[in-house]
Amino acid sequence: MSSIEIVDNTVSQLSLLLSEKKLSSFEITQAFIDQTNRVDDRVHAFLHLDEKNFLKQAEESDERRKNGKTKGKLDGIPIALKDVISVEGQPLTAASKILENYISPYDATVTRKLKDAGVIIGGRLNLDEFAMGSSTENSAFGPTHNPWNLDCVPGGSSGGSSAAVAAREVPISLGSDTGGSIRQPASLCGVVGMKPTYGMVSRFGLAAFASSLDQIGPFGKTVKDVSLLLEIISGHDPLDSTSFPREVPAYGSLIEDKLEPSVIGLPKEFFGEGMDQEVRDSVDKVIDFYREQGHKIIEVSLPTTELSIPVYYMIATAEASSNLARYDGIRYTSRSKYSENAIDVYAKSRGEGFGEEVKRRCILGAYGLSSGYYDAFYLRAQKTRTLIREDFNRVFDEVDTILTPTSPTPAFKFGEKSDDPISMYLSDIYTISTNLAGLPAISVPCGFTKNRLPIGMQLIGKAFHESELLSIAHAYDREHNFGCESPQLV
Amino acid sequence: MKYEAVIGLEVHVQLDTKSKMFTRVPCGFGREPNSLTDCVVLGLPGALPVMNYEAIEKSIKVGLLLGCDIAETCKWDRKNYFYPDMPKNYQISQFDQPICLGGEVEIEMPGETPAVMGKHRNVQLTRIHLEEDVGKLTHYEKDSLVDYNRAGSPLLEIVSEPDLFSPEEVFAYLTSLRNSLVYAGISACDMEKGQLRCDANISVRPEGQQELGTKVELKNLNTISGVKNGVEYEIKRQIRALEKGEEIFQETRRWNPEQKYTTPMRSKEMAHDYRYFPDPDLMPVKINKDWVEKIKKELPEKPFDKQRRFFQEMSLPYSITSALCPDLALCNFFEKANKLANNPQKIANWVVNDLQRELSSKKTDDFQLPIDQSPVSPQNLAELVMLIEKGSISNNVGKELFPEMFSTGKPPSELVKEKGLEVKSDQGEIDSICTQAIEEDQDAAEKFRGGKEGAINALKGRVMKATRGQANPKLVDQTLRRLLS
Repeated sequence: MSSIEIVDNTVSQLSLLLSEKKLSSFEITQAFIDQTNRVDDRVHAFLHLDEKNFLKQAEESDERRKNGKTKGKLDGIPIALKDVISVEGQPLTAASKILENYISPYDATVTRKLKDAGVIIGGRLNLDEFAMGSSTENSAFGPTHNPWNLDCVPGGSSGGSSAAVAAREVPISLGSDTGGSIRQPASLCGVVGMKPTYGMVSRFGLAAFASSLDQIGPFGKTVKDVSLLLEIISGHDPLDSTSFPREVPAYGSLIEDKLEPSVIGLPKEFFGEGMDQEVRDSVDKVIDFYREQGHKIIEVSLPTTELSIPVYYMIATAEASSNLARYDGIRYTSRSKYSENAIDVYAKSRGEGFGEEVKRRCILGAYGLSSGYYDAFYLRAQKTRTLIREDFNRVFDEVDTILTPTSPTPAFKFGEKSDDPISMYLSDIYTISTNLAGLPAISVPCGFTKNRLPIGMQLIGKAFHESELLSIAHAYDREHNFGCESPQLV
Repeated sequence: MKYEAVIGLEVHVQLDTKSKMFTRVPCGFGREPNSLTDCVVLGLPGALPVMNYEAIEKSIKVGLLLGCDIAETCKWDRKNYFYPDMPKNYQISQFDQPICLGGEVEIEMPGETPAVMGKHRNVQLTRIHLEEDVGKLTHYEKDSLVDYNRAGSPLLEIVSEPDLFSPEEVFAYLTSLRNSLVYAGISACDMEKGQLRCDANISVRPEGQQELGTKVELKNLNTISGVKNGVEYEIKRQIRALEKGEEIFQETRRWNPEQKYTTPMRSKEMAHDYRYFPDPDLMPVKINKDWVEKIKKELPEKPFDKQRRFFQEMSLPYSITSALCPDLALCNFFEKANKLANNPQKIANWVVNDLQRELSSKKTDDFQLPIDQSPVSPQNLAELVMLIEKGSISNNVGKELFPEMFSTGKPPSELVKEKGLEVKSDQGEIDSICTQAIEEDQDAAEKFRGGKEGAINALKGRVMKATRGQANPKLVDQTLRRLLS
């Protein structure tokens, strides 16, 4: 099998090839490295790739397999991580100049779980600085390009993670989702991306943007691949007090079980103005598919939807203003050469080290927490967040799953929204409320525009009902496999 | 016009827990700088705090000890400000829901003389909350160094009402609070090691006026006497200012212990806006009734309660109890010995005088030998007291023996035997020594016969000298009187 053929395989297929000894982990990893070397000068999904270390891990995996000591289904499968997830001895920049020279001295919990499962970890993937953005245009090290159209953004903030999978540079990747940062880029790049229930996956080792919203999640070409990866990274972590003590089901095999007819809700607020007609048409076809499969489709209402963007930008920025205070030029971050005293070190190091969007959000957040403003902004946002949660709870009394588009539009051009923060913020309109409610949601490719730009649909599930959510997503994905189509890069 | 001072104290106490408040790194003092750190202490990207329940448990214990209401949930807030002693540039603390509310500290003012008990009063507390300690900065001419060993250690802030009215009361409050906390095993409360730190809010007002004057916060009070001196100076400064018709500014001032005056640090206008908000990394901790009940059962007797018991059950004099009671280990030693000898007065005297003297003679670096390392055990002390009471040895022999018990660790009975120090109670032998004493001091003998009672003491002295103190004093008295009659 040539390297170009290898990279078109899903994880499930690669896992089979490995177990049948038709391919070695070394061959697989080399194939993905080759593909990265072929395309990444144009895509720029990677911020860092240590090929030697990557291949060394692959050899170790092959050695394990030879000795019958394979650690699991994904032993020997390569992965790359968004550059906010710590891997011991590897850079962690969060795509920010302020962390340009930082090497993480410890593994994130998800990293440790991947290592325990034999998954081989190579490379750091691009993002909007500190995960703040929807296009990767905010990366201090240059944007990532959409593999389906290099003039378009890949979405964000996990744009490197989605583009790397779409461009066949890795079969799977991890991203983080605070307001849609996994699902929106998955949708724009035509791959599957999932945000688990808040508390399902440990945040220990994830450089925080907004602690009460951040959640690490998987990318892959299929729902099946994403399920296999979720199985590995989920579970209670004593190092994260917001992680929930729950058993992790075997998602990878559970989703193959026969699906009972269920009720799918379409929130009318999501199907209103601002949605691209081609997106609308694709999602309509998904609705038809589920109806034909025997599921009941009903219209539901989430009246607080329009409040989710202001609430999100109040809470997320407040938490960020505090979370990012540690990047101060004193210890491990780059220190300004021109400072005259301690306060000056802070001001200049942060002034020079942070990009515009990060500064904008830190200032916005600090403002909302300031005395005299707290009640009107932060506290009111928290109260409204409770209303948003209750809205979802009420709808989930009636339905099993909510179906929406992932993003109102397909991938947009570079610069199209970067000068207009509000219009950029609105590209997360369909994804943000699930973070505020802590719910699991997945974006599954559901077609292309006539210009061959991918379109994604979003399924939202009940808290901790990942199995049901993945099953219903798999039912569609198994039949359509849009994520397995390759962009014409080579 | 006469002025009155009103003082409230904010006392910070480092909890004596095995590990830091949000990570497994141990707490410690005097270790190599920055050796007690990890990704959580250093606030590295991605590090998350996880609650150390021992810190909550100790905080509840303090609350129960001081009669506070214990919160039903323990909630965490972030206090945001930039300073290099805090790796995250925010401190995890408690803002609107402290773990303990209310409560009081019983204090005793000095009596007329050290032998007389002073007046007791309860000082009201506002709240007690738990927070993480910060690192330690050392400033040099051109730069500053920071040691994060202390950062992240659990720190309890005990805030009093403005319910103290003199430097003496401040001193009494701190002493009593420290005794209680040491008793309960909360902290060693060593101010030198920064385990107990104190800020004072001080205002003055004309006597009789209801509303409080403008308050000044005083910092850098690093010893208990430093607190007393600093508060005393600041009260005088404020009164002087008011007498000159000057205004008191709301500000933070710093006590300079070497030069003995206070200087301004920052004004009210420069006060921080800490942008408190609930810490999203930490789930609130439920404090259920069973947990509180369990801790209640482990509470120690409070120092003043113990003192009252010593008065009532053992009729110990005030001066002895006031020497015993501030020190729990000393009290425990005393009670253990007394249980065996059942002679509280004598045991207490030995503990307070002789034992304490020997312990402080073993001073190294200004620290006396702790009582739990005393070579004289409670059993040995009890045995000594019983030997004296039985008349087996004289009190004087006992006094001589004690330093030897301390240096050798041997029980008194063994030393008595080794040195042949048993009291001589052989009538024949005593008869002959007494006869010899009378012959040697005919003068005293005559005086006694002539009715001068005190003259017998000179004869007793001769007998004791001849027997190296080992003659049974009762027997000597009887024998001399018989021979002289």
